[in-house]
Amino acid sequence: MKETRIWEILAEIPDPEIPVLTILDLGIVRKVAFEGEAPIITITPTYSGCPAMQRFESDIKEAMTKNGYEGTEVPMVYDPAWTTDWITEEGRRKLKEYGIAPPEESSADKKALFYEDDIVNVTCPRCNSKNTKLESQFGSTACKALYKCNDCLEPFEYFKCL
Amino acid sequence: MKKDLYNFAIRMGDTSWILSHRLCELCSFGPFLEEDLAMTNVGLDHIGQAEEWLNYACELSDEDVDADFLAYRRKEKEYRNVQLVEYPNDDFAYVITRQFYLDVYNYLLYTKLTQSKDATFAAIAQKSLKEVKYHLRHSSNWMVRLGDGTEESHERVQNAVDDLWFYTGDLFVMPESEQNLAKEGIIPNLADLEADWEKMVLEVFEKAGINKPSYEVLASGSFDGQHTEYLGFMLCEMQYLPNKYQDAKW
Ligand SMILES: [Zn+2]
Repeated sequence: MKETRIWEILAEIPDPEIPVLTILDLGIVRKVAFEGEAPIITITPTYSGCPAMQRFESDIKEAMTKNGYEGTEVPMVYDPAWTTDWITEEGRRKLKEYGIAPPEESSADKKALFYEDDIVNVTCPRCNSKNTKLESQFGSTACKALYKCNDCLEPFEYFKCL
Repeated sequence: MKKDLYNFAIRMGDTSWILSHRLCELCSFGPFLEEDLAMTNVGLDHIGQAEEWLNYACELSDEDVDADFLAYRRKEKEYRNVQLVEYPNDDFAYVITRQFYLDVYNYLLYTKLTQSKDATFAAIAQKSLKEVKYHLRHSSNWMVRLGDGTEESHERVQNAVDDLWFYTGDLFVMPESEQNLAKEGIIPNLADLEADWEKMVLEVFEKAGINKPSYEVLASGSFDGQHTEYLGFMLCEMQYLPNKYQDAKW
């Protein structure tokens, strides 16, 4: 299978913002196909304004060129919309090791108003305590929220559900 | 029909685009670090949403334009964003109230648009709705904190609620081209949306101890290119570089 080799190459490309994850761990590659000899790699954006999306495209093209493929195209699809449910088990493990708490809730329907009740207790990636507190829903990148652990007292980032 | 789709895509794109510019003005000027990050994150989501709508507008356009052209090279009267998002960042209470009014609107509108007969509208809506939920959580939470906070925070947020309410009428005015789309099941009827909007906003006001403002007449006209005095100044700043160096690239 020609496609298998492409998936192998993609499995080596890191996420530019969270380099422990590959783009396959993130679940943004939707499809691999060929048009003649040119790979067509369809991806989907994580967040609408995610500045990493352009990097994904150029990194994929560069990796393909390096491996002898020409004319690679990286079209973007919006439907179905990306969800954190697509982050692989392997990806979740790597996130935690890296110090970022992986998404815990399912992306399923979330309340938009008076949501305090449905905030889950995120597990601290350092000491595994569930006694943690949401400091801010927004963090250093679009995909993360800021938390604090009430037991080990360390702040940490949480990969929030989408 | 294609022209109607184009008009609506421009309206949605411009609203996100102008709001994102206002939010990005707060970068490094937020009241504290977490809030600074929050405002710029919300701004970034709006830049992304604007890009999706304006890219689709380019596809629908008969002219050979790209999203950057639409964002940076049009004249004031060609922008179709709602007037609400032009309001300056005078006070944190205004920043939050502006956001809250629009977040409720976007939440309801995008929820309906996920069912749009136009596949691209539906796809953009599905993506945006996930982000808008976080925005609304953030702004509604602040409305309650400010309204139910100190005497000063209450007074300031009530002022913002009163002043900005004037611009909310503009959100629900439907020009003929949008009425055409509503008939085809591509967008919802905005008049129906208005009732839901008010209900949701009042639910938060009640929890926040904020009084509902009353106006005889509300602003309208953005669908026709009529804007507040603020937009011209914003565009001067925003368009300066792309106008001076027309082919500049990052
Ligand atoms: Zn801990």
